[in-house]
Amino acid sequence: MAEVLVYVDHVDGAVRKPTLELLTLARRVGEPVAVALGAGAEATAAVLAEHGAVKVLTADAPEFTEYLVVPKVDALQAAYDAVSPVAVLVPSSAEGKEIAARLAVRIGSGIITDATDLEAGDEGPVATQAVFAASFTTKSRVSKGTPVITVKPNSAPVEAAPAAGAVEALAVTFGALATGTKVTSRTPRESTGRPELTEAAIVVSGGRGVNGAENFHIIEDLADSLGAAVGASRAAVDAGWYPHSNQVGQTGKSVSPQLYIASGISGAIQHRAGMQTSKTIVAVNKDAEAPIFDLVDYGVVGDLFEVVPQLTGEIKARKG
Amino acid sequence: MSLRIVVCVKYVPDATGDRHFADDLTVDRDDVDGLLSELDEYAVEQALQIADEADDAEITVLTVGPEDAKDALRKALSMGADKAIHVEDDDLHGTDVMGTSLVLAKAIEKAGYDLVITGMASTDAAMGVLPAILAERLGVPQVTLLSEVKVEDGTVTGRRDGDSASEQLEASLPALVSVTDQSGEARYPSFKGIMAAKKKPVEAWDLSDLDLEAEEVGLEGAWTAVDSATKRPERTAGTIVKDEGEGGKQLAEFLAGQKFI
Ligand SMILES: Cc1cc2nc3c(=O)[nH]c(=O)nc-3n(C[C@H](O)[C@H](O)[C@H](O)COP(=O)(O)OP(=O)(O)OC[C@H]3O[C@@H](n4cnc5c(N)ncnc54)[C@H](O)[C@@H]3O)c2cc1C
Ligand SMILES: Cc1cc2nc3c(=O)[nH]c(=O)nc-3n(C[C@H](O)[C@H](O)[C@H](O)COP(=O)(O)OP(=O)(O)OC[C@H]3O[C@@H](n4cnc5c(N)ncnc54)[C@H](O)[C@@H]3O)c2cc1C
Repeated sequence: MAEVLVYVDHVDGAVRKPTLELLTLARRVGEPVAVALGAGAEATAAVLAEHGAVKVLTADAPEFTEYLVVPKVDALQAAYDAVSPVAVLVPSSAEGKEIAARLAVRIGSGIITDATDLEAGDEGPVATQAVFAASFTTKSRVSKGTPVITVKPNSAPVEAAPAAGAVEALAVTFGALATGTKVTSRTPRESTGRPELTEAAIVVSGGRGVNGAENFHIIEDLADSLGAAVGASRAAVDAGWYPHSNQVGQTGKSVSPQLYIASGISGAIQHRAGMQTSKTIVAVNKDAEAPIFDLVDYGVVGDLFEVVPQLTGEIKARKG
Repeated sequence: MSLRIVVCVKYVPDATGDRHFADDLTVDRDDVDGLLSELDEYAVEQALQIADEADDAEITVLTVGPEDAKDALRKALSMGADKAIHVEDDDLHGTDVMGTSLVLAKAIEKAGYDLVITGMASTDAAMGVLPAILAERLGVPQVTLLSEVKVEDGTVTGRRDGDSASEQLEASLPALVSVTDQSGEARYPSFKGIMAAKKKPVEAWDLSDLDLEAEEVGLEGAWTAVDSATKRPERTAGTIVKDEGEGGKQLAEFLAGQKFI
């Protein structure tokens, strides 16, 4: 059966959920061969095998952390040369997209980014994309070369499908461009203990209506009662009330959770671009005319300072 | 020695307009007003700031797009860029990211450069991959998604705020930089700037100027094919309640009904 290359996103061997979703999609097109790079690469094998990887190609080298992006492209290209896959799937993170894009140039292929679904077609894999702030759904194909497709988190279920997952060391030769951009220092982001924004099943977001950093605990309390991630609008981020890494929207994170709760957010097109594909949308806003209400499954016209704490209290009471 | 900066700017349909597709499944550019992609204003701004710090610098803004795309160039010129290049050719209709990057790379090489600056993503397709592709094609370091950038003594440094970490990056020129909307508010064109822009040169190049064949670009030459584009069905009207003191509880009831609690 044809092989499909799947680029693994992991932190020190802990595979992130979007990669497991990719394995589900990859199995629709062929046999997944995973590529895991950097520290802990081999430790990813067990969970990848559990989710369908027939092989896990691994490599580690200081170049992966000391230089930006290109060393990983060199490695993915080595895997591509070793396997001759029918498609290459990469998680749609900022870095993932850049790795995929450069690989596509090198192998003379087209690229599709931010797919939300993937199926086998007569002329190769067909990708679904949500475009123009998710107001249109497109179906596209790569028509030249081996399809390179990046897939958004929450695009497919994680399914167990045990396979061999044999680990093989990947031989990588770094090219002249690999050491072009040096990473001179790295400050890891502090963990909040909450789920990763893009992967979370529930996202609770606050906007300008939250009216101050000191009030954001209202949003956080609701999030914690639901085991959710916290998001923010750009207005809240620009005002310095919440970190930019939590911004949802066109220039922030794009999220597609089961449930999205927006409080004190008007629903500008650039915000919608990042959350419109959420399955269920709920809003609390004191302005009945706010555009966010055009999107909601359930909306409360009211003051978030009243409604949200009451909601949080009720959830806690129900959960006992 | 003069620092030659090329800024890639895209002309895009206004996001607040009713954007849609034409019959050939390319973007309908006639029905909705276009403008300079707002995220590219940040690229122009950083170019202006870098040029201010350099002894001697020249900023060229470059776009690949139809006739109207001149508007995007004019806006960038009125912000303070020195000159513009407009790559326009009927055969470019329907070009995808691989084709666009090919045209941009050829044009940048022809123009001559030490530094290329782009936005983080266009506001229409928002792929966010063109900068990396361009760096690969040009064979120069990619210093992308910067929220802070500085150029000094032939070296570019900057801060990249990623998902799991914030990184400090460094590369030698020539290099390609992309900047985010966190890099600093873009300036408004002044009246003087707008008047001056009218006199600034806009060069027009077509595919033959770049030694490119029609088959390498356009809808036919594209590396990708769009099979269908359907408007997302309007959401069925949701339930909207006015808070009369029980709004939070009513919402909890809804969430429980949906099995979220
Ligand atoms: C190129 C570009 C990129 C952008 N990218 C993003 C992005 O990624 N993400 C993003 O979010 N925005 C983005 N924006 C900004 C976007 O256009 C809006 O300005 C922003 O989303 C507004 O945030 P907001 O809804 O919090 O604020 P506002 O639009 O000011 O809305 C605040 C809302 O809170 C309500 N409110 C106030 N007080 C209360 C209360 N006590 N209780 C209940 N409701 C209350 C108000 O009725 C109002 O509807 C971008 C803009 C541009 C030009
Ligand atoms: C809804 C939609 C979906 C699309 N999907 C795909 C797809 O899956 N695969 C594909 O190959 N193509 C796709 N395209 C076509 C692709 O967007 C264009 O070819 C485009 O020129 C490059 O992609 P981008 O605008 O998304 O660039 P991005 O990577 O988002 O842009 C980053 C930066 O590149 C520069 N730039 C981009 N375009 C130009 C330009 N024409 N002139 C000057 N500078 C520019 C700007 O500085 C911009 O800020 C799509 C287009 C649309 C409208």
